[in-house]
Amino acid sequence: MTDLINAFVLLSNFVLIPGLAYGAQLALGALGVTLIYAVLRFSNFAHGDTMAFGAMCVILVTWGMQGLGISAGVLPTALLALPFGILGAVALALLFDRTVYRFYRQQRAAPVVFVIASVGVMFMTNGIVRLIIGPDDQRFADGERFIIRAREFKEMTGLAEGLALRTTQGITIVVALVVMVALFWFLNRTRTGKAMRAYSDNEDLALLSGINPDKVVFWTWVIAAALATIAGTLYGLDKSFKPFTYFQLLLPIFASAIVGGIGNPIGAIAGGFVIAFSEVTVTYAYKKFLFYLGWESEGLMQLLSTDYKFAVSFVILVLVLLVRPTGIFKGRVI
Amino acid sequence: MMKKLLLASAATALISTGAYADGHAVKVGVILGFTGPIESITPNMADSAELAFKEVSESGAFLDGKVIEAVRADSTCVDAAAATAAAERLITSDGVAAIMGADCSGVTTAIANNVAVPNGVVMVSPSATSPALSTIEDNDLFFRTAPSDARQGEVLSAILMDRGITSVAVTFTNNDYGKGLSDSFISNYEAAGGAITINAAHEDGKGDYSAEVGALAAAGGDLLVVLGYADQGGVGIMQSALDSGAFDTFALGDGMYADSLIETLGADLNGTIGSVPWSEGAGADAFDATVAAAGVEGNSSFTRESYDAAALIALAMQAGGEATREAVAANLLAVANGPGEEILPGELAKGLEILANGGEVDYIGATNVELIGPGEAAGTYREYEVKDGAYETVTFR
Repeated sequence: MTDLINAFVLLSNFVLIPGLAYGAQLALGALGVTLIYAVLRFSNFAHGDTMAFGAMCVILVTWGMQGLGISAGVLPTALLALPFGILGAVALALLFDRTVYRFYRQQRAAPVVFVIASVGVMFMTNGIVRLIIGPDDQRFADGERFIIRAREFKEMTGLAEGLALRTTQGITIVVALVVMVALFWFLNRTRTGKAMRAYSDNEDLALLSGINPDKVVFWTWVIAAALATIAGTLYGLDKSFKPFTYFQLLLPIFASAIVGGIGNPIGAIAGGFVIAFSEVTVTYAYKKFLFYLGWESEGLMQLLSTDYKFAVSFVILVLVLLVRPTGIFKGRVI
Repeated sequence: MMKKLLLASAATALISTGAYADGHAVKVGVILGFTGPIESITPNMADSAELAFKEVSESGAFLDGKVIEAVRADSTCVDAAAATAAAERLITSDGVAAIMGADCSGVTTAIANNVAVPNGVVMVSPSATSPALSTIEDNDLFFRTAPSDARQGEVLSAILMDRGITSVAVTFTNNDYGKGLSDSFISNYEAAGGAITINAAHEDGKGDYSAEVGALAAAGGDLLVVLGYADQGGVGIMQSALDSGAFDTFALGDGMYADSLIETLGADLNGTIGSVPWSEGAGADAFDATVAAAGVEGNSSFTRESYDAAALIALAMQAGGEATREAVAANLLAVANGPGEEILPGELAKGLEILANGGEVDYIGATNVELIGPGEAAGTYREYEVKDGAYETVTFR
């Protein structure tokens, strides 16, 4: 029996909890991508770097607050700085919409033109972030680091395996949950949310029924930028902030959105967790886990080396596009 | 008339001084990465090397009063093509008698293979540590005053074995340095009877290392050997291993030795052991005094090795009695190792005189130079343990 519990604790520590936190971060990122795709009808490659920009704003404000002696006690100060970061990211998103995307919208340009324009925006955002905060690692987490420490858990339970839960992992899961509930409430219950859905379903019909397209576009950018900042900050808190890692995150985020069904918010969330757990479970070495279940093995029992982590999301992306192009929850065909 | 005569004699004097300098200056190349990833430490390395040349020139004892003129070139540390071109210029256009450099293992290999060895020019590298450089076909023209990582693998293995640690997990940074060091460590450790549970590479510059640590933890072991960089993936792996309770003790390679590591990980680091190349003793003290007197910043990485590399080149020329490529190649090992009078930094004049009188010298230098095997430094390593948030020396190996 103890062995069974040990096996479960081991798996929780190295697969379940990291997978949940990572999945929540991906899901938040994928929600932003999917929203832009649904309403504005293009794949926004600049989303990863918008996350970096938002997180950077949060970091700068956090440092300011730390300098002034403001803190959130056991919680990271970054949570207090989050609204300011969101404002910064929204301003940037709206700036690029006014200067870049609006022009192509008026031209009724093909989606592929928008995609290429967004690649340009991506590189610009990328450059701005590096110019302001530099390409290096930044640490901005403060407050209590752990909810449960591995060593304390071992002493508490007398088990051979420890279970660690970092504050940032707990916050990530809670914040993601709150944001998702709020987003669905907004999309389903408020007038603006309904207008966005109508515009997404059928642009011409929505315009005929008197929905103001500028307002829809405005709110889409606001929400996408807010989601990006929250996702970026949570990722930075939980792991580390480095501009380049956000660029790398783009692949798993798009994989999540597409696997779940791009354009479909529920799909984005499901896709985020599917990708996260695939990456973690496929690259985990099960030797010790199987040992507790009574099966001793010589090898590591690892399906793929961790070097192939990003390849996993890519393979899943390709498989889904081949077998079910609309994704798990019927999104659009792309 | 008088005026003209004066002018003419002054002009002749000028011309003759020029000819005098040309005939008596021996050119030696100093090729280091003045631009690129290690540009912050190379100026100090070059200054230290040129300090040795200056000492030799000013002694007046060098080849009957000749002087050494250093010619700098940029190795870029990473661009093999640019480094090769720069070395080509040194050898064919400047006609240097020997090369002090290069710095990074990759460009050093490229220069040795493409330019230096084909032209019969000796290279003495102060900082290339890749074990692969021990086995290049160098016609006995390549030397280094920095120890090979093959030696460090041996030292690290011995440290663990002496402490009775017989089963470890290994993670290394995925490049020539990490791969070379981990290969050398593992072959030594296994030969000594130790068991490696896993040997996994990690990429630098990632945000998240929990998957890597998961695999390392599953493999288990008494402790985790981290052969990476203190400001890169190495510290990420350690942080993640500590957080998840996967490992709480570590053994570290030289790339992990940095004060920033203690600042980042704090008390969790206590009990961690490791090795780092180190110099101590009379030679290191003499070097400190010499650079202080000359106003050169000598307290940064590889400055001691650079001084020693330059000094060896000069002494080898003196031993051969001529400033030629052949003289350097033939005599470098002899002046570096015993028997003979021991020479410390700042005593180069004494060494030159002994050699001029037909005696023998054993250059000790700042780093206790002892060239072994294919002409590389044996190296002294400091075994340290982290206690109460500070590096403490256990012993020197």
